[in-house]
Amino acid sequence: MSLESQELEELKSKIGRNPTSTELQIVAAEWSEHCSYKSSKKHLKMLPMEGPLVITEKGYDSGVLDVGGGYVVTAHIESHNHPSAVEPYGGAATGVGGVIRDILSAGTRPIAIFDGLRFGNIEKDQQARWLFKNAVTGIADYGNCLGIPTIGGEVEFDGCYENYALVDVAAIGFGKKENLIKNHSKKGDLVVLMGGSTGRDGIGGSQFASDSLESEDRSAVQIPDPFIEKLIIEAILEARNQKLIHAMKDLGGGGLSCAISETADALEIGIEMDVAKVHTRESDMHPDEIMVSESQERMLIITGKDKLKRLQDICKKFHIGCSVIGRVTSDNKMHIKKGNRTFANLPTDVVANATLLDLPSKKPIYLDSIEKEKKLKSISDYSKLMIKFLASPNIASKIWIYSQYDHEVGIRTVVKPGRDASVLRLDNGKFLSAKIDGNPKHCFINPREGAIGCFEEACRNVVCTGAKPIGMLDHLQFGNPKDPEIFWTFLESLKGLTDFAKFFKIPCVGGKVSLYNETPKGPIKPTPVIGVLGLIEKNPLISKKISDGDSLVMVGNTKDEMGGSEFFEYIHKFVGGKCPIVDFDESKNNMNAVLETIDNQLVKSAHDCSKGGLAVAVSELCLINNVGCKTLLGKIPGEKLEVDRILFSESHSRYLLVVEKKNIKELEKILQKHKTVFANIGKFGGGKIEFTHGTKSIIDLRVDKAQKTWLNSLRDLVLHG
Amino acid sequence: MKVGVVVFPGSNCDRDMYHVLTDVFHLDTQYFWHEKGLPKNIDAVILPGGFSYGDRLRAGVIAAHSPVIKDVQKMAQKGIPILGVCNGFQILVEAGLLPGVLLKNKSLNFMCEWTNLIVENNKTPFTNQFKIHEKIPIPIANGEGRYYVDNETLKEIKKKNQIVFRYSEVVNGSTNKIAGVCNEDGNVVGMMPHPERATESEINPIDNKPSSRIFESLMVKMGVKN
Repeated sequence: MSLESQELEELKSKIGRNPTSTELQIVAAEWSEHCSYKSSKKHLKMLPMEGPLVITEKGYDSGVLDVGGGYVVTAHIESHNHPSAVEPYGGAATGVGGVIRDILSAGTRPIAIFDGLRFGNIEKDQQARWLFKNAVTGIADYGNCLGIPTIGGEVEFDGCYENYALVDVAAIGFGKKENLIKNHSKKGDLVVLMGGSTGRDGIGGSQFASDSLESEDRSAVQIPDPFIEKLIIEAILEARNQKLIHAMKDLGGGGLSCAISETADALEIGIEMDVAKVHTRESDMHPDEIMVSESQERMLIITGKDKLKRLQDICKKFHIGCSVIGRVTSDNKMHIKKGNRTFANLPTDVVANATLLDLPSKKPIYLDSIEKEKKLKSISDYSKLMIKFLASPNIASKIWIYSQYDHEVGIRTVVKPGRDASVLRLDNGKFLSAKIDGNPKHCFINPREGAIGCFEEACRNVVCTGAKPIGMLDHLQFGNPKDPEIFWTFLESLKGLTDFAKFFKIPCVGGKVSLYNETPKGPIKPTPVIGVLGLIEKNPLISKKISDGDSLVMVGNTKDEMGGSEFFEYIHKFVGGKCPIVDFDESKNNMNAVLETIDNQLVKSAHDCSKGGLAVAVSELCLINNVGCKTLLGKIPGEKLEVDRILFSESHSRYLLVVEKKNIKELEKILQKHKTVFANIGKFGGGKIEFTHGTKSIIDLRVDKAQKTWLNSLRDLVLHG
Repeated sequence: MKVGVVVFPGSNCDRDMYHVLTDVFHLDTQYFWHEKGLPKNIDAVILPGGFSYGDRLRAGVIAAHSPVIKDVQKMAQKGIPILGVCNGFQILVEAGLLPGVLLKNKSLNFMCEWTNLIVENNKTPFTNQFKIHEKIPIPIANGEGRYYVDNETLKEIKKKNQIVFRYSEVVNGSTNKIAGVCNEDGNVVGMMPHPERATESEINPIDNKPSSRIFESLMVKMGVKN
């Protein structure tokens, strides 16, 4: 956990002398993969980051979108994988804390949290169950205490995460454009450290996260304190209102080292600081420890001399620490002292800009044969299979999770969790829709198409609430990048996301790369997680009660794309086949068509078709709305396929629309206008979920019975194994 | 009429409550920081939900020792309407203004869901616009929301008509399914569910919004509404 030998040589030649021990610690933290993005940064530039709504400002840790009427939305995504794999409660909780402070640094109030969680097979693996349960509690305890609603997310279980955990947290902020912090500073300004005390927790956390997880180094995991975080949020927003903040940065990975060097570098200033002024938890901390501690709930603020008193008064009101630790200079150096003694004196551009790598990549060999299918056992009883499927951890309702999260505080949540995407009301009369999605099973089979699929799925989800996608967050999670095969999968995913983003003109407003995600059995599957923000000008689609006789209309083609499907992997235990591929033109037509039908208030409910395919999507509509449905498999749009493929293919760009009889004609006109492929495939009513093919009944389930299974199985699994 | 919303360190439903009082019911509302006293001209006081002091030791117990509580106690004695919601209820209980205690939910989990309340006492300043046994759909969001009293106290609060709300079904293991109680005089009411989350159609999945009448009851009591 230190600099590699060529990096040390590089540092020496850049500063023209041997570094001190403190300097080594600072540079090792800042040049770690976690802080510097040295393996990925060169390539990340390919993503489109600009758009008519995007506001950019130096030094922002979150993306900013102008949503009109003088208001902005901010968004960011982070993960806390390594810590959560060792200490799931604290790791997940501090993951929430970190991303919230990124939102706060722009000067906006955090208004929503999303979490994406991945664990091993919880049906068999007790360790995975323990990690899952405690990560959920960690997120709940932290987010609930802050009073920021956790309104959505996704959870997935896959053997590739055995003894490991992926905990991704996205957050959304909201505020007035005029209140955004315009990061600026001049010589003589004061550097203030605000919030919790600096302790020995999280020492070396960023390096810990930049290596494969070999030891259970719990001291590298930070200790959460949501109460202090809540006080910081209120104190900073009060200071923002009084215009006391010139520049601001959250202390995250790399602690003070990273915050000081990056702030100074972004603002082109120097900072002189005295570690003796930092309020610490223990009195005997060494300057090295103070500089790299990743204790949570701390913010770095640059303020004017004339404003200090008012800032201190605010901190006093909230009883939170507020230390003047340094001042702004003009020499572009970070000068770290303890009293009069210098411990480090480094040019900030050297510290903040690690040399970027251009790692080699090579197509993995396994991909040559992965698309071949093997002969699978035929299914004798689809109804029985469906009950098993609805109870499976990846398909079952996630109500056990989201009912532990306060998803209503803040009274903005118009569409609550458990639907396609959640919707928040904004103060300008508009609505924001958001969703995060990932699919490592698809990405393993085809890293490029799989990543595009995650992006499209998140878009479909916000479209189902009537929202037009306006921004995207990407979180790219892979194994060790020094393995050329792994790095190839990273590049492929990134290229796919870039192509889709450019085609749809959806700017990437924030992202994160997490590498070295390795388990004792090897690297995780490529796991990009994509968040999409959508804006609704007027009317969000809030599902209306489905009545007997309402029609089920399906938009989009069902194709023979079974690779990576839940049906292949969960039912047949088979990894392989061709994964679904998004046809960009079809995707665009379908998206625009569905949005227009929602705009014209022709649909009662819209639902995307994804994990588990058509069979699961129709069942979910029935289970959520407590109504039966009879679906005719012969009418499903697309090529002629076997029954199991029609039921369980996970082809993209497909939507299910619930339509009243009187609106069918008008709906069809719009769908035709956009050149979509669609069909009226079923009718709601009765108390059963039925699928028929010709005259043959394929699936016949009672809604109440299926509901019980679907709603309770995840909870029962966690509580009783 | 003037309503005070008390803010403790860690309160997080204060802004929601303020929004509902000002923008939905158009009441003159003011925040009061817990270290300050309450002025004499306040007509009603609301203690909002949240995690005062991060729920350390026990939900509400530290906030119950805040300077502002002395004024709340004085106002309670004078008969001024006081409502505690969620953490506000926990604080009122810990301050000895209401009977009973609030324990961890039976599931041991935080619970965020919609429940149905049954009105048991329609004589309080917050329930006078309800019929007895009327049903109110309303959300809960708490980890320590299980109301508990011993048998003797239960008999007593029943006799004195201090049970204000009960859940229509078993939700979290509360004694007698109690969701809200009042003091002997009926002017201090505490409830675990969040009425401020159920007064606007936009965020309320259930069509009519009976929990609005909790605030309208107060307005009728204060003579600003017929």
